[in-house]
Amino acid sequence: MDFEPSDDQRLLVDSVTRLLRDSYDFTRRKSHMALPEGYSPAVWAQFAELGLLGLPFAEEYGGFGGGAQEVMLVMQAFGRVLVLEPYFSTVVLGGTAVNLAGSAAQKQAILPAIAEGGLKLAFAHSERQARYDVTDVVTTAKRSGGGWVLDGSKTVVSHGEAADKIVVSARTGGERYDEDGITLFLVDAGASGVARRGYVSRDDTRAADISLSNVAVSDADVLGEIGGGLPVIRRVIEAGIAATAGETVGAMEAMNEMTLEYAKTRVQFGQPIGSYQVVQHRLADMFMAQEQGRSMAMLATMSIDNPDDAARSHDIALAKVGVGQAGRYVSQSAVQVHGGIGMTEEYAVGHYFRRCMVIERLFGDPAYYLAKLADEVE
Amino acid sequence: MDLRFTPEERAFREEVRGFIRDNLPADTRDRMKLGHPPRREDTIRWQRILNAKGWAALSWPKEWGGPGWSAIQRMIFLEENLMAPAPELLSFNITMIGPVLIQFGTDEQKQRFLPRAANLDDWWCQGFSEPGAGSDLASLKTSARPEGDHYVVNGQKIWTSTAHNADWCFVLVRTDPNARKRQEGISFLLVDMKTPGITVRPIISIDGSHHLNEVFFDDVRVPVSMRVHAENKGWDVAKYLLGNERTGIARLGKSRERVQAAVAMAREVNFNGAPLIRDDTFRRRVAQLQVDTKALEITQYRVVSAYDKAKGAGRADPLSSVLKVKGTELLQAATELAVDVAGPLATPIWAQELAAMNEPDELMEAGSAGTASYLMLRAASIYGGTNEIQKNILSKAVLGL
Repeated sequence: MDFEPSDDQRLLVDSVTRLLRDSYDFTRRKSHMALPEGYSPAVWAQFAELGLLGLPFAEEYGGFGGGAQEVMLVMQAFGRVLVLEPYFSTVVLGGTAVNLAGSAAQKQAILPAIAEGGLKLAFAHSERQARYDVTDVVTTAKRSGGGWVLDGSKTVVSHGEAADKIVVSARTGGERYDEDGITLFLVDAGASGVARRGYVSRDDTRAADISLSNVAVSDADVLGEIGGGLPVIRRVIEAGIAATAGETVGAMEAMNEMTLEYAKTRVQFGQPIGSYQVVQHRLADMFMAQEQGRSMAMLATMSIDNPDDAARSHDIALAKVGVGQAGRYVSQSAVQVHGGIGMTEEYAVGHYFRRCMVIERLFGDPAYYLAKLADEVE
Repeated sequence: MDLRFTPEERAFREEVRGFIRDNLPADTRDRMKLGHPPRREDTIRWQRILNAKGWAALSWPKEWGGPGWSAIQRMIFLEENLMAPAPELLSFNITMIGPVLIQFGTDEQKQRFLPRAANLDDWWCQGFSEPGAGSDLASLKTSARPEGDHYVVNGQKIWTSTAHNADWCFVLVRTDPNARKRQEGISFLLVDMKTPGITVRPIISIDGSHHLNEVFFDDVRVPVSMRVHAENKGWDVAKYLLGNERTGIARLGKSRERVQAAVAMAREVNFNGAPLIRDDTFRRRVAQLQVDTKALEITQYRVVSAYDKAKGAGRADPLSSVLKVKGTELLQAATELAVDVAGPLATPIWAQELAAMNEPDELMEAGSAGTASYLMLRAASIYGGTNEIQKNILSKAVLGL
């Protein structure tokens, strides 16, 4: 066992932190949000320049050969400043799908383009009726001539508008809820029949509902095995859970620092509120939640490459519950200790609160994973 | 970073598990499996078996009988020992007086006491708390007045766990009542419990057991050679003792063992016409405990591996306060679960009357023992610095408040 980051990992964190310090204080973030894209294309280009966009990809695909740990560290740094750019959807979700299921030709066509900053992806799997059920897919893909025709709709697709290509899950066989028969496709965002309705999500990032009507896709754009998409989807989701666990840790750190600073400077009844034991103990509880959450983010990160499916999904479920609960506790406490100012849109803490809330229910909330763990009790 | 155990660490765990399986006396194991605490003789016998193997003086240097393990290995050992379940090494001997003497003791003190402490030839107890000095330990009043080559000790200690079993007691006494700061007038003495003037009075705790005591000192003469470290420097010793490696403090193995016992009992008892283990609410409670256990396990290994990296040097990691708070919350939640599973079986006291009927009823016996454990462990968030004190420590040491 070893919990210390390597020298290379430290360097990575230092350089990301330096970049974000220059381009991501809370005021700058507001101006990024106000851009038409809802994020800053200039910052995206800086990510590419620093090598972050190719971080987890193999060197032969223009990447840096990093792993889940490097992604966790970057996401943690992103969580500290609430990065708005489509890193998670492009590199973590879309990138993992292509990395795991793509042919050599697909990887060659996509991964280097992502790494250079020229291509953005979105992962369109969830459907309105499915809530958190991964097998509840009713979007269809039917054989037509030499290719496929897709029909259906996907909901709350993170950065769905920004994407150049969309990884879409659709049924090529089986019935709703069947594990088999789900296939992944790479769909051009501009393809005829793709309609995207974008909106701002509670966490200030943009998402979209995507409808597919009679969308023609060629065989070359099937990602992985026909009918065998579910295991890939699961792995993508697990990678997403690990990455956002890291992001939650960063957000908790930021909230705790902010709240501590506030408690040291806000004077009431003639003393800083941090001199009152009731506030001190709340802050101590927040610190403990952060550290327990960090442990769980490490668990998620170090589990996602475990080839044992049952053990991996068990550990991911444990981590998802633990990080989600920690994030919720820290968020709620941070607003409480701040008092009125914590309620305002112009103050940062509420934005962290909302990002944690969004992450908490991404791919399933703590109650969902707790029920899954409960099923396994023997 | 690598969260996996190395092959060496996994092999070590197997070795420990095998040794405990082969050497833990069956009568001890059977009693403890039902949830009973170890008896005095169980603890002594097991510690001597471990000491013969070189596995008792866990964190001590090799020259004093330590096994030379890393902190992670010690953690693995403690977990396996608790999960067996086997009696814990006597902490007064192994994690308190041993390290204190190694750090501050004279050669004579070390030679006289260390081997006997490791082998549990001497049972030690801790004379810190007083009726007026609980969390506010530095306000202690028990006095030691120099008289030739002796101190004369007068006063009272309380909550002295296992004093009635003990051969020796390490005691904090006030040697300078006029010190400018309260902490500066305290000394650390080793007291033979057979010395005239010592009276031990039992305090029966809410679990019905005799574990706690009051200890009265009435003109008790203690040789000056039994003082550890300089006169009036006892507070430094106490701080070292309390801050000394507290990595085992979460007692995770115990929580795991109690949850497993509760799950096992849930197969035997019914809820709405089906085994309780089928009930969703129960299963989610177990799942939540698994989440909390896993988080604490990793936090614990983070603290321990940092300790290994620092080669054990330096101050105690303030994160050990996290281990104390979260570990005791978990222990209490685990024993609470066991009591809820036992249902009506949690209420009879399995003592002389029921036991004397000579009708084995393991479910009832386990229910009773589970309740005793639940009651006793309410103390877990009180002893060793209450959880509120731990949060004060975190506020100061980590948050700078």
